[in-house]
Amino acid sequence: MAYSVHGPKAVSGGAGARLRRGEAFYLVEIVRGMAITMRHLLYNMFHSSTMPTLEYPDERPEHGPWLRGRHRLMKREDGSPRCVACQMCATICPADCISILAQDDDRPDVEKSPESFEINLLRCVYCGMCVEACPCDAIRMDTGIFELAADSREAFIVDREFLLNNTTDGVNR
Amino acid sequence: MEAFQQMLSQAGWAQGMQPWALSGLAMLFAGGTILGGVAVGAMFFIWTERKVAGYIQSRYGPMYVGHFHGVLQSIADGVKLLLKEDIWPTDADKFLFRIAPLLVFTGAFLSFVVLPFGPDFVGASLDIGLFYAFATSSLVVMGVIAAGWGSNNKWSLYGAMRGAAQVISYEIPLGLAVLPVVMSVGSLNLGTLAEAQRGWLWSWHLFNPIFFVSFVIYLISSLAEVNRVPFDLPETESELVSGYHTEYTGMKFAFFFLGEYADMFVVSAIAVSVFLGGWYTGIPAVDAFVPAPLVFILKSVFLVFVQIWLRWTLPRLRVDQLMYVCWKVFIPLSLANLFIYGLIRSMVG
Repeated sequence: MAYSVHGPKAVSGGAGARLRRGEAFYLVEIVRGMAITMRHLLYNMFHSSTMPTLEYPDERPEHGPWLRGRHRLMKREDGSPRCVACQMCATICPADCISILAQDDDRPDVEKSPESFEINLLRCVYCGMCVEACPCDAIRMDTGIFELAADSREAFIVDREFLLNNTTDGVNR
Repeated sequence: MEAFQQMLSQAGWAQGMQPWALSGLAMLFAGGTILGGVAVGAMFFIWTERKVAGYIQSRYGPMYVGHFHGVLQSIADGVKLLLKEDIWPTDADKFLFRIAPLLVFTGAFLSFVVLPFGPDFVGASLDIGLFYAFATSSLVVMGVIAAGWGSNNKWSLYGAMRGAAQVISYEIPLGLAVLPVVMSVGSLNLGTLAEAQRGWLWSWHLFNPIFFVSFVIYLISSLAEVNRVPFDLPETESELVSGYHTEYTGMKFAFFFLGEYADMFVVSAIAVSVFLGGWYTGIPAVDAFVPAPLVFILKSVFLVFVQIWLRWTLPRLRVDQLMYVCWKVFIPLSLANLFIYGLIRSMVG
């Protein structure tokens, strides 16, 4: 199995052909090539689990915790959103895809909360700036959902309830 | 065909029919059997090709249709092709464009008539069987040229011209390669050629050194004859889109596809009957109880598999390399082979 990087040169059927003796006969080399492909065929038939192919919709690819997937809004212990509607994320967003409508909050320790919180997923560039900017860790992109499909453009504008119910196991509940 | 005719003449409902009607019906049945076999076989080969390609390249190939490894994928594709819109290029030559796929398929289909699947399992036991098979498989190139010209597309025309040059060139070594065997047996009948290899494994023509050279030349030339890799220059999807069938859609395209796979089987079957012992297993005791068509078809399918295997092993040749191999290597080699065999025969007697 001595292959050299500078091995067989391209052959133009005559002048300039530089092949080792025996290689110019081709048939032996073709048989060796066939042996290689047959080895792959047999190995892969009996070790199909070692093949790099993923049966995608059935098997999910693994990804690290750093994958920036679809956004989710975090909740307080009582279930209300952590978001204080400070507009930091909407301000820093380079794609201008977040729109927040603030409302007064009656609770003594909460000044404002989002009446509506919409993200246009078609505009979003998944840069993660909103996550960095948020002062109270209210928005995260750790759901691991990377698929983006819907029947209409309107369906991509997701609202407060949708974002609050996104979970890290990749399921919208 | 004779078997069909006999069966029909014994069947109750066919009693009292004119002889010409009987033989016509028998022809219809024989043709239908072959057509069904070709269609199903081609579907099986397409599935095999995709699976073999997948596993050689460390991927799966079709996996969903039919639950087990996508076995029904070809049927699904066939239905899809049937339902597809039939698109015509605006300036196509309507007549040529329409008959081209039929010519390609008919050329491949006609050769099945002479294939000896068993001692008495052959469409028509022609005395010029081998010649007939080569002649009908050259009909394919007429279809290729018609497709290339009729499409009114430069790429298609390039592909067609390459196909013409290639098939006409490789016909010569193909014919010369089988001549020593024909000299030895003294017949062009494929059934007789196969019968000459009765007995133990070493009575196969493959194991005669001169015939072995013939076999190698035949095998490689037959790849060129059916436009398979490494000689698939008429298609060359990387340069000519897909050559002569670029403009074809739907069922017309499917006919090209069927024709290609049927042709692969035909050249393999000819190789089996001329070189690989036809329907004989190589062990006389086993021959008695193994059905002949099964042996013949298994051997042919193996050769088709070899063609598929080669496709996923080798890169494509350049046009000049293709012509070089044919005119400067195979034709002199096969002529020398023929000459040496003739010399030996005339000396040994």
